[in-house]
Amino acid sequence: MREVAIVAFAQTRHTAHDTGLTEPELIAPVIDEVKERTGLTRFGFTCSGSCDYLAGAPFSFVSALDALAAWPPISESHVEMDGAWALYEAWVRLQHGDVDSALVYGFGKSSLGDLRTIMTLQLDPYYLAPLGLDQLSYAALQANAVGADRKELDEIVRRSRADGRSNPYALDLPEPDGEDFAVRPLKRTDVPPLTDGAAAIVLATGDLARRLCANPAYVTGIAHRTEPHYLGMRDLARSVSAADAARAAGVGKGPVEVAELHAQFPHEEILLRRALELGGDTRINPSGGPLAANPVMATGLIRIGEAARRIHDGAANRTVGHAAGGPCLQQNLVTVLEG
Amino acid sequence: MPSDPLVAQHVLEFPGGYTRTTGPVIGRFLSELRARRIVGVRTAEGRVLVPPLEYDPATGEPVTGEYAEVGPAGTVTTWAWVDEPLDAHPLDRPFAWALIRLDGADTALVHALDPGDPKALKAGMRVWPVWRDRPTGHITDISHFVPEVTKIVSNVRAEYRLQAGGALRVFLAGIERGVFLGGRCERCQKVYVPYRLSCPECGAAIPETLELPDTGTITTFAINNLPDPRAPQVPFVSAYILLDTTDIPLIALIGDVPVHAVRQGMRVRAVWVPESERTASMANVRWFAPTGEPDVELS
Repeated sequence: MREVAIVAFAQTRHTAHDTGLTEPELIAPVIDEVKERTGLTRFGFTCSGSCDYLAGAPFSFVSALDALAAWPPISESHVEMDGAWALYEAWVRLQHGDVDSALVYGFGKSSLGDLRTIMTLQLDPYYLAPLGLDQLSYAALQANAVGADRKELDEIVRRSRADGRSNPYALDLPEPDGEDFAVRPLKRTDVPPLTDGAAAIVLATGDLARRLCANPAYVTGIAHRTEPHYLGMRDLARSVSAADAARAAGVGKGPVEVAELHAQFPHEEILLRRALELGGDTRINPSGGPLAANPVMATGLIRIGEAARRIHDGAANRTVGHAAGGPCLQQNLVTVLEG
Repeated sequence: MPSDPLVAQHVLEFPGGYTRTTGPVIGRFLSELRARRIVGVRTAEGRVLVPPLEYDPATGEPVTGEYAEVGPAGTVTTWAWVDEPLDAHPLDRPFAWALIRLDGADTALVHALDPGDPKALKAGMRVWPVWRDRPTGHITDISHFVPEVTKIVSNVRAEYRLQAGGALRVFLAGIERGVFLGGRCERCQKVYVPYRLSCPECGAAIPETLELPDTGTITTFAINNLPDPRAPQVPFVSAYILLDTTDIPLIALIGDVPVHAVRQGMRVRAVWVPESERTASMANVRWFAPTGEPDVELS
C-alpha cells in the first residue's frame, strides 16, 4: 500500500439556515483554504460527494465544479454519497501510483427542502418508499430496537451540544430540554439540527505529504461495508457492517484516543461504540459531532477531517473517523489515522 | 408562497410518477398481494424472505423460484410511534411503524400498525393485515396491520322491578318527609341507619324508629372519575357519613365543595331538594355539603 495522509482539512462555519449562497459559493472558501494551506493549486485527482435531491436539481454537483478552477480539464469524479466515500475513492485512486495528491470535498444545503421526507427518496421504490417511511420514522425504529437507557441518550445529546458550542464551526445549540417526542422513542432533542455546510480535505502521498504538512495524519486503515437495504432483513440492534469495516481498517490494533462518529441520533453512537469496540478511554466526537452540526453529505467527511485535525495539531496520535450512509446505518466507512 | 421576491418555490416532480418494471420476484409478490395473499421467496439455504428479494442478502446467491405463502398474521419485532402523521404516511391518525415477522417468514416486513391504544404496543405482539378495498398490486394493498383479536365485548342487560317493602319502605317514607329514620338495638345499644327490622349483630327485633339529625361527619371518601347519573359532574366525591348519634355510616355524595378540599373528619349536612319536589326516594338528598364547623377527630 502507498502511504497516504490527510495534509489539510477545512470546513465552513455551518449555519442552521439558508444564507442564500449558491453551492459553488458555499464550497469556494473551503477549497481556497486547503489550497492556501498546502500551497497546491492543482491536484492529481479530485472527488466530491453530494446529493442532487437536497437541492432538487439534477447534476448540481457539476455546477459545483465552478468553485474549483476546472480548466484546463482536471481528473474529477463524484459520488452520490457523503464526501467520506469521495475520500475513499481518492485514496484508492492514489494507490494507482501515478498521482500524488487529491482534493476531496463534500457539501450540502439541507435548508432548501424537508430533509425528513427527502430522505424517503433514498429508499427502495417497491417496498419502503410507497409507505412514506421517513428519516425520523426509520431512525425511531432502530432506536427502539437498540432500547438504550433514556438517561444515556440524553447525556449524549447534552455532551454533543456542549462540545458543539466550543467548536466555532458547529452550531450553538442550547442545553437540551423538553420531553416532546419526534417519533417515539426519539425525542425532538435527539434529532440532529438542519445544517448547511461544506468541507474539504487534501490527501497526499509519501514525501509530498511530509513537505505539505508538519504532522500528516496517515491513513493506516480504511474500509467500508454495507448491509442489506431492507430494514426487515437486518438486526437493527447491531451494526454488523460498522464492526466489519472497523476490523478491516484495524481499529483494534491500537488505542484510539479520539473517535469522530457519524452518529446522527444518540442511539447510533451507542451502536457504533459497540461495533467499533471503543472503550471508555476513547473521546467520542469532541467536535460535537452530527448532533451539533449536520451538513448532510459533508458530515461524514468532517468526521474524518476532525479526526485528522487532532493529529495535525499534535493533540492525538491515533484517531478514528467514521462515516455512515443509508437508512439505519446501512453503510459504514471507518478510517484509522495515525501521526 | 413566500412574498420575498428573492425567494422562489421550486418543485421537483415527475408528473404521473415513474413507471418501474418489477422483475419476476417483486412482481410475483405484488401480484399475490393483489389477490390478498402474502408470499415469501425461498433462498437456496431454505430461508423465506418476506418481502422477496431477487438475491439472498446473506449469500448473494439468486433465490429459488419457490414461493411460500406466509402470514397473514405475524409478530412485531420492533416499532416506533408517530404522534403526528405526515401527508405521505399510510394513516392520517397517530400510528406505529413496525417490523413484523409474518408467520412462516425468516425476515420482517416494514409496515404501519394501528394498535388502537399506543400502550398496547410491544415487541412480540401479534398482528393481522387490514386489506385495502381495491388491491392494485402495490405494497399499500395492505392498508395497515391491527392487533390480533384477543378479546370481544359482550353486552349484558337484564331488567328487574324492585319494590321497597318492610323497613326500607318505612325509611323512604321518612326521607319523603325530610327525615333520616334509624333504629336502636336495645340489647347492643347501637343505632343503625337506614332503619332495619332487626339488629345485624344480635338479631334482636328493632320495633321502633328513631328520627336522626341530618348532620354528620365524613369518615372516609373516594374521588370518582367515572361518570354517575346521580353525580353533578366528574370527578365527584362519594363518602361514608356517620350521622350524629348513629353507629353505622351511610354512603352519599358530597357537594358544594371542591373535590380536593374534602377530608376525613369534615362536618357535613344533607342538602334536601325543595319540599315540592320530594318523593319517597334517596334522590331527595341531593348530596351532603360542609357545615363549616371545625373538623371532628375520628377515633
